[in-house]
Amino acid sequence: MNTEMASSSGGTGSTDPSAPRRHSKRPKYSRFTQQELPACKPILTPQWVISAFTLISFIFIPIGVASLLASRNVVEIVYRYETDCIPINLRGDKVGYIQSTLDKNCIKMITVPKRMKHPIYVYYQLDNFYQNHRRYVKSRSDTQLRDKKKENDTSSCEPEESNGGSPIVPCGLVAWSLFNDTYSFSIKNEPLAVNKNDISWKSDRDSKFGKDVFPKNFQNGTLKGGATLNESIPLSKQEDLIVWMRTAALPTFRKLYGRIEVDLQANEVINVTLENNYNTYSFNGKKKLVLSTTSWLGGKNDFLGIAYLTVGGLCFFLALSFTVVYLVKPRKLGDPSYLSWNRNPAGH
Amino acid sequence: MTREEGRGRGRLRLSKLYSFSCFHPDVLQPEGPISLQGPGFSRVVYCNQPRLHKKKPSKYPSNYISTTKYNIITFLPKALFEQFRRVANVYFLLTAILSLTPVTPFSPVSMIAPLAFVVGLSMAKEALEDWRRFIQDMKVNNRKVNVHQGGVFGFQTWQKLRVGDIVKVEKDQFFPADLLLLSSSYDDGICYVETMNLDGETNLKVKRSLEVTMSLNDDISFRDFAGTIRCEDPNPNLYSFVGNLEYDHEVYALDPSQVLLRDSKLRNTAYIYGVVVFTGPDSKVMQNSTQSPSKRSTIEKKMDYVIYFLFSFLVLISLISSTGFAVKIKYGMPEWWYMEPNDTSDFYNPSKSALSGIYHLVTALILYGYLIPISLYVSIEVVKVLQASFINKDLHMYDEETGNPAQARTSNLNEELGQVDTILSDKTGTLTCNQMDFLKCSIAGVAYGVGSSEVEIAAAEQMAFDLSTPCTQNNRMRNSWENGGSDSEVSEIEMETIVTPRNQNEQRRDENEQRPVIKGFSFVDRRLMEGNWLKEPKADTIMLFFRILALCQTAIAEVNEETGGFNYEAESPDEGAFVVAAREFGFEFYKRTQSSVFIRERYLSSRQPIEREFKILNILEFSSKRKRMSVIVRDEEGQVFLLCKGADSIVFERLSKNGRIYEAVTTKHLNEYGEAGLRTLALAYKKLEESEYLAWNNEFQKAKTTIGADRDGMLERVADMMEKDLILVGATAVEDKLQKGVPQCIDKLAQAGLKIWVLTGDKMETAINIGYACSLLRQGMKRICITTMNTDMTPAQDVKTVVIENILMQLTNASQMIKLEKDPHAAFALIIDGKTLSHALEPEMKHQFLNLAVICSSVICCRVSPKQKAMVTRLVKEGTGKTTLAIGDGANDVGMIQEADIGVGISGVEGMQAVMASDFSISQFQFLERLLVVHGHWCYKRISQMICYFFYKNIAFGLTLFYFEAFTGFSGQSVYDDWYMLLFNVILTSLPVISLGVFEQDVSSEVCLQFPALYQQGPTNVFFDWYRILGWMGNGLYSSLIIFFLNIGIFYDQAFRRGGQTADMAAVGATMFTCIIWTVNCQIALTMSHFTWIQHVFVWGSIATWYVFLLIYGMFSKYSGNAYKILVEALAPAPIYWLATLLVMVACNLPYLAHVSFQRAISPMDHHVIQEIKYYKKDVEDQHMWTRESSKARQETKIGFTARVDAKIRHLRARLQKKQSSFITQQNVQSPARSH
Repeated sequence: MNTEMASSSGGTGSTDPSAPRRHSKRPKYSRFTQQELPACKPILTPQWVISAFTLISFIFIPIGVASLLASRNVVEIVYRYETDCIPINLRGDKVGYIQSTLDKNCIKMITVPKRMKHPIYVYYQLDNFYQNHRRYVKSRSDTQLRDKKKENDTSSCEPEESNGGSPIVPCGLVAWSLFNDTYSFSIKNEPLAVNKNDISWKSDRDSKFGKDVFPKNFQNGTLKGGATLNESIPLSKQEDLIVWMRTAALPTFRKLYGRIEVDLQANEVINVTLENNYNTYSFNGKKKLVLSTTSWLGGKNDFLGIAYLTVGGLCFFLALSFTVVYLVKPRKLGDPSYLSWNRNPAGH
Repeated sequence: MTREEGRGRGRLRLSKLYSFSCFHPDVLQPEGPISLQGPGFSRVVYCNQPRLHKKKPSKYPSNYISTTKYNIITFLPKALFEQFRRVANVYFLLTAILSLTPVTPFSPVSMIAPLAFVVGLSMAKEALEDWRRFIQDMKVNNRKVNVHQGGVFGFQTWQKLRVGDIVKVEKDQFFPADLLLLSSSYDDGICYVETMNLDGETNLKVKRSLEVTMSLNDDISFRDFAGTIRCEDPNPNLYSFVGNLEYDHEVYALDPSQVLLRDSKLRNTAYIYGVVVFTGPDSKVMQNSTQSPSKRSTIEKKMDYVIYFLFSFLVLISLISSTGFAVKIKYGMPEWWYMEPNDTSDFYNPSKSALSGIYHLVTALILYGYLIPISLYVSIEVVKVLQASFINKDLHMYDEETGNPAQARTSNLNEELGQVDTILSDKTGTLTCNQMDFLKCSIAGVAYGVGSSEVEIAAAEQMAFDLSTPCTQNNRMRNSWENGGSDSEVSEIEMETIVTPRNQNEQRRDENEQRPVIKGFSFVDRRLMEGNWLKEPKADTIMLFFRILALCQTAIAEVNEETGGFNYEAESPDEGAFVVAAREFGFEFYKRTQSSVFIRERYLSSRQPIEREFKILNILEFSSKRKRMSVIVRDEEGQVFLLCKGADSIVFERLSKNGRIYEAVTTKHLNEYGEAGLRTLALAYKKLEESEYLAWNNEFQKAKTTIGADRDGMLERVADMMEKDLILVGATAVEDKLQKGVPQCIDKLAQAGLKIWVLTGDKMETAINIGYACSLLRQGMKRICITTMNTDMTPAQDVKTVVIENILMQLTNASQMIKLEKDPHAAFALIIDGKTLSHALEPEMKHQFLNLAVICSSVICCRVSPKQKAMVTRLVKEGTGKTTLAIGDGANDVGMIQEADIGVGISGVEGMQAVMASDFSISQFQFLERLLVVHGHWCYKRISQMICYFFYKNIAFGLTLFYFEAFTGFSGQSVYDDWYMLLFNVILTSLPVISLGVFEQDVSSEVCLQFPALYQQGPTNVFFDWYRILGWMGNGLYSSLIIFFLNIGIFYDQAFRRGGQTADMAAVGATMFTCIIWTVNCQIALTMSHFTWIQHVFVWGSIATWYVFLLIYGMFSKYSGNAYKILVEALAPAPIYWLATLLVMVACNLPYLAHVSFQRAISPMDHHVIQEIKYYKKDVEDQHMWTRESSKARQETKIGFTARVDAKIRHLRARLQKKQSSFITQQNVQSPARSH
């Protein structure tokens, strides 16, 4: 940025120490009070504008390309199963099926389109699920989750705060509606291990979910929500819960289920055994199983790259058009003939 | 010893000197006591028995005055009421109350704390300002006055004064309350009073006591004095007083001439005794004062409309939101088993979706409340206080002489200073210092005095500058010079107009350096000084002239103890200037007795002075109707002379045939003086035969002793008989000393496009002279005088209609005349007097008057009362809809100062009323230029940019909340942590915008002053018009869309980092918020054009603060919830977080950058070009261009001396062309002759 360190001279002579101080009311001189602090006064010169736009486009276009490439390198398998996993004859009453005690297992096959390098992340994706709804978001108690002594601290957990007079741990709608579909994978009958450790933020495990807080009274009510929890495992080890408790920003969201820590080759066929327990049928939600590798930018999403390219391109265009304007209709900077009193002589 | 002398002088019976009009010394009281009955006349004052006024029914308020708005008890309720008169505050109060209910999306503290802060801050400001007023009051209340107590006089504070107290007021002191004059140091009980503080009139007024009390003139005589006054109740009428004095079992009628009003001043009288009649709030001056209204600036008023607009928008999106919510609750909620729809309160009850919707409406109104930023009000308050402190501390507006800095007494009008359209100015004390200097004279047809008036000096300097710049460069007014101008012509003009005054000016300066400056005398001409006049051809006439100066006066000489010379106390400052002038010329008036005036004449400095005694036979006193004054004297040789001085028109029509020798040339001189802005008087004399005088004197004495209403008229007629067949001696020119820098200031203000009206209590001639002196009037300007015609002839009942018709006709004619005027340079001046104005201000006529006034270049209203000043101000304010500024120094200006959009008080030496009522106070008129052109300009730009930016920033932020709602089923969940939202306005974006509001300078102060045309950006309101406001709002809307949807797109559903984690609400919220912080802070950096270290620290510091906050907040798992360690663990290691920030920031600011760049490249505004010139230091390289442009940078104006110079140049040019053509014709005539 072109800047100029300009300062206006004090010019009052009042800094002269010998000046008699007759009046105490005399304001003291300082550059601050006289508004004469040295200042840089950048102005938008055509050169500066053109180079700024050019610079932006030169930075943005490579970033855009890199992001796009990163996104393209990610291999992602999305398998939507909420309908597939219901026996065909029962598809007329999906809600009835999911609420019944029938066997929910369903075995499906997925083909790997491209070689996937480990780690391969396994996600479940829900759709049309308002995890960001205010009633839902607020219905939790962080203090209870963290501290064993605060298990009665359930006032914010309405309507899942207690059962039969004793508090529910973990309380609240979020925990209550914990996702409970399970996936297991095998390739050619060799089970494919899914590592479910470290799928949550470390800080959550360490500080937000107590090591001595155990589930209690959970899913004991008349109305069953989602998954049940093993009461002998402390909350800090219940990583599915910890992941689930991080409410998503949008009604469509993915949550990490686990990691497959071997490479998958192209065209390999994976057998997936899905236990389809979670009710998304009431609200017509989709359920998807996602297997994805990551790049330095994360998962597959072209949006960032495209946006960068667009903005970069726009800047390039602006730089060009400025150059054209500058060449076609140059204005000498500081040309006094552009002052209003020179431009409309009719004013005089 | 001196005291004795003083008393001796004081013992003069002035009444003997005066012929008429001031009082009736030898005549009995014409009317008896007035019967005072009925309501309105209940006041009883027991003179010298103040203890009787301690109990009811005659208990009256003490003399304590208070101009404060609040007291300790009323402060809280009143100030709170003031605060909640603002719509916005009511809204915030409502939201704060609602935030205590469960519908709130935020914690109640985050709603109540900012409101408490805003209201608290504003109230603290009010309290501080009121405290200052209280201190001022205390100063006045604690002034000391000499009060009688049991035969002795002792000092007491003003506030302790009670009705009935006898006080002794000494010379040059203010009267502490409304007093009844009992006696004075003069035997005949008269005293002089200066009422400038009350009505702005500068001439002294004579008050007289009742004859019965005038003998009570020493301290002892009050020991047993007692009397009872019955009079009218307190009322605001300054010029009336009705009452009776019961004294010694007799009842005497009282009238206004016995009443001394509070805040007027005793002059030319050693002391007076008076009894307190009205105290404190009962006094006339306090009755006249009105509560100072709370004023709001135009910008703030407009801002209210923007707030209404935003509020409607807020309600709209809240309605959308709540409708959406209700629909979702009704149709979606039953399916959302994970929210247990069967176990809900009314807020989410699917079976009562309408009710839930209504509850949600409240939630939404609070949630989207970020559109209406509460912090806007806090920030504006803070900014204005800081701006005001800059005004207070500006050394360029500090007056070394009085030691007063400028003071912004209310800070909420700072930006209004930048939008002023019309200035209404008082004259005396504001434009002038109320000091007259004898400057020139014309004696026997010869003009003396080479000094120049300040106007001439300024004009000469300006012209010299204009001419020194080459003609070719100055295309505006010198175009035609190029055509016809040769060097010789230019030099001729220089000869005529520049060199002379300049040289004289230098001469004057030289001489001033040699001689000590004499107050009242700036005359420079060696031909008359030091006795040189004896060598002049008409020495005897000159001597006569000097004698008239020395004799034709009513001043009193007083020995100056320091110098041994004499000080003169004259009724009017010009008379004082004459006596001083006579002294300087060698005719020193040193003593006045009952019947004589003694003069020490010194013909040559070497010779001993001769003391002469002139017997004063009669004084025909000055009155504004007669416009002249004469004395009849008998010199030592026994010859009788009538010496007369008066307005030239009056004197000229009274000249005898042989007295007109010098008339023509004197008239010419008078015109010149008039043009130079000087006050002129003509001097004439007449020699009387003894018999002639005696005959006349008989008549005169007869008239004098007449009883009845016609007495004054008779006296006047007799005087008239005497004052004719005069012989003209010469004329004087007195400069009504303008305050320092006034013409220059007016010129600059006129160039800045401001209109200046002068409203004065003075008479028309004086006002016109000052108009000339300030260049508000000039020769060649068409003067439109609207006056009331003489109505003596018409029957009383028709008077009003006839007068109104007449005025209406004058107005119409004048408008017609202006319409028909073809010359583009023609300028018109409207001069109107108070009496006419009272008709012109009536509803049916005022618009016509205003329309006429607006097209005139200058407007001068003379003889206006304080109330009329206020009415004129209101008329201009309401009629034109433009911003008005009233400036004045006296109590008579208070009304107009309070009425105008901005009131400016001159904190001079006199009373403080004007300052107390004002919004800003400065100590000299000339500081007004800096106040408006620099501070006003800056403050206007700062505040308007700041407000626009505020709207932008809060729309950009607030709307993202709304968009997010659509993704949460309109549930009222915000994507941001509560803390982010709280901090957004309080910390993260407030300081940069405050620094913009406090420190932004588009151009430096020097440039503001050099290019007054830049000021017009304010009155035309280019920075706060709807185009700009909506533009900024659009920018906010755009930014909000970009911020939200880019982030949603980027963090859609995939993992956002290599570790495979997906972004939860906390991560998305924090990233989005980061983008907002970057965007709005970069936006303000783009908006600013002036970066000191403070702006850098605030802008970049705000961004840094956000990261620091996030870091620290993330360290406390107890409070931060899902934001725990969000920066260190989740966001900072993810490149996508940084890339998103960069992308959004650039994308948001791109359109603004492109817009301003294109605007600047294609149609730059004035300040852009000047910034560039400064930036490339072109002003240093090409100084010529710089000065030329600054001289052109002005609005078209027809007032001020620049306009006057222009007019003069046009005039000279026309003359030159004439000369040239005649020269050519001459040549043509001659050449054939030569060819022979």
